[in-house]
Amino acid sequence: MSAMISINNVSKWYGDFQVLTDCTTGVKKGEVVVVCGPSGSGKSTLIKCVNALEPFQKGEIIVDGISVGDPKTDLPKLRSRVGMVFQHFELFPHLSITENLAIAQVKVLGRSQEEARDKGLKLLDRVGLKAHAHKFPGQLSGGQQQRVAIARALAMDPIAMLFDEPTSALDPEMINEVLDVMTELAQEGMTMMCVTHEMGFARRVAHRVIFMDKGAIVEDCEKDAFFGDINARSERARQFLSKILQH
Amino acid sequence: MNYHWDWGIFFKSTGVGSEIYLNWFVSGLGWTIAVALAGWIIALALGSVLGVMRTLPGKLLPAIATAYVELFRNVPLLVQLFIWYFLVPDLLPTPLEMWFKQGISPATSAYLSVVVCLGLFTAARVCEQVRTGIQALPRGQNNAALAMGFTTAQTYRFVLLPQAFRVIIPPLTSEFLNIFKNSSVASLIGLMELLAQTKQTAEFSANIFEAFTLATLIYFVLNMSLMGFMAWVEKRVRIPGMMGGSK
Amino acid sequence: MALDFSQIIPALPGLADGMALTLKLLVMAVGGGVVLGTLLALARLSDNLLLSRLAKWYVNYFRSIPLLLVISWFYLVVPMVLSWITGDLTPVGAFTSCLVAFVMFEAAYFSEIVRAGIQSISRGQINAAYALGMTYSQAMRLVILPQAFRKMMPLLLQQSIILFQDTSLVYAVGLMDFLNTARSKGDIVGLPHEFLLFAGAVYFVISFGASQCVKRLQKRLAV
Repeated sequence: MSAMISINNVSKWYGDFQVLTDCTTGVKKGEVVVVCGPSGSGKSTLIKCVNALEPFQKGEIIVDGISVGDPKTDLPKLRSRVGMVFQHFELFPHLSITENLAIAQVKVLGRSQEEARDKGLKLLDRVGLKAHAHKFPGQLSGGQQQRVAIARALAMDPIAMLFDEPTSALDPEMINEVLDVMTELAQEGMTMMCVTHEMGFARRVAHRVIFMDKGAIVEDCEKDAFFGDINARSERARQFLSKILQH
Repeated sequence: MNYHWDWGIFFKSTGVGSEIYLNWFVSGLGWTIAVALAGWIIALALGSVLGVMRTLPGKLLPAIATAYVELFRNVPLLVQLFIWYFLVPDLLPTPLEMWFKQGISPATSAYLSVVVCLGLFTAARVCEQVRTGIQALPRGQNNAALAMGFTTAQTYRFVLLPQAFRVIIPPLTSEFLNIFKNSSVASLIGLMELLAQTKQTAEFSANIFEAFTLATLIYFVLNMSLMGFMAWVEKRVRIPGMMGGSK
Repeated sequence: MALDFSQIIPALPGLADGMALTLKLLVMAVGGGVVLGTLLALARLSDNLLLSRLAKWYVNYFRSIPLLLVISWFYLVVPMVLSWITGDLTPVGAFTSCLVAFVMFEAAYFSEIVRAGIQSISRGQINAAYALGMTYSQAMRLVILPQAFRKMMPLLLQQSIILFQDTSLVYAVGLMDFLNTARSKGDIVGLPHEFLLFAGAVYFVISFGASQCVKRLQKRLAV
């Protein structure tokens, strides 16, 4: 399998404060990688570096053969090929669900209105929300909004999907409806990089698990190794897991 | 283009008496400050009373204050000035009317009109700031003061107003600056304040650019100094630990 | 003093012409001011330090001088500058120079409103737009500005009502707007007080009515 995303020796500072330290990892085509770690560990920052929403000062990130940090890179074009789902959904509140799904297809990819509409409705149906097409984001529950956000990203036919804590702003009863959609996607072979605390999801779906702490990648191993051989893990990873698995 | 630049114009004789153009600007600035400060005293006093009235219990007093604010905010300043200067004197008892029209110099009558006009006009704005300041205070302050046996008047005098005025210094500052800028309407009823002197210089000397550049500079410096002064006042009266004050 | 308002009725067509000029100036000044103000706000918020500084200075400059000064200055200067540019003496009327003055002056005030509006939209929205592959200009046009303008609408309208009243300052350069028309009609028939009061009442009714509508809009948007 070839590397879809490769992250090599990436470091990032906010002024004097270092938020990422020499991070190296990658995501192969069709692979599902879960990134976890305590809050403030830099995992959200790292995933935002992948599509250049955050700049980084050292190292390189290659997505499908294109260097993200290269000033000559056409960032809008690169980003249009990588889907991203955010913690706070970030649907556009002034546009209806249908328009949310269509706008980037039309304005970025240059598809026709009809084509974009049909594609959007098909994906909306897939996440089980076809009946809500005419509504506005504010009229949907958090879980429904996040499913629409996933559909919006998929409408761009992405080569990979980035998830930045997609369930941490949701009420507990809505988490599963979002995880189900993500699981289905993974089973279809989508390349996914997910920042999440959902260890059940990681156990069921992930191929690899990355554990970050204080801006550095502490663990990067196969899922079975991560969960199976707990004593081979670092002290910090063990502490984190014991805290999170108690719930 | 044969515009004759001459930045030394301000030191040349105006041809009127022994004055140089700079004298005109100095005298104009003097009138501007005299109008603004006198107007501000009226505005602050009346505006505070009206602002308190708007927060009092009952119906009549708040209604009177509200009507005042709406009336003075929705009629253009220039219309108000014309009313004070051209119309009101005719409504005065005959001896007063004669005094205004013949007993005092034209400059004094214009000065009185513009001071009353700006004072009452700005009072409506000050009123709104004072009201907002009082209403922004925690409801408990009013209750606590009344519970200690203060009368309503004492509550305002000792508890509510000292706090409210500190909070509204920034918006009051901008009204204070506005009254200086608004005082330029006095030029339209013949008071030789800064703008009128500028126009006169431009006409006499034909050095339009120089005259208006100097006027702009004076207004700019005046504005900056007043802002600096108000920032100093704000710092002086700041209470440690209250609303962003240093602990 | 007895007031006689009967002479206002025959003067109404002329007064209507004056009001038409006032409204024309208002609409064009608001349009131009919002466009220029939006550009200034974008410049102010840009990462380009020079652009941001320039916008900041522009706003500070126009906010520290009186509107009447700008009107008087531009009345004398705009024809001159135009004649430098075009080479020959093109006479521009008082209307054009007033319009330029209002647009440039009001842009400073509109830009502060627009800037606050843009800043009130969460960072996540622009990230989401970028993540979908939008360029900066697409993200602004399609995602950020439509939301910002919706939020700012009451403030923009409030500022436009202030501008409506401020248009009366064109009296200084003799433009026949509503107030100036009323003044001159009143002088002609020898009833200046009546015409002045009538003009004040008309300004009041329009401003008051409009600001009540804005308040209602504000309440509806708050829900």
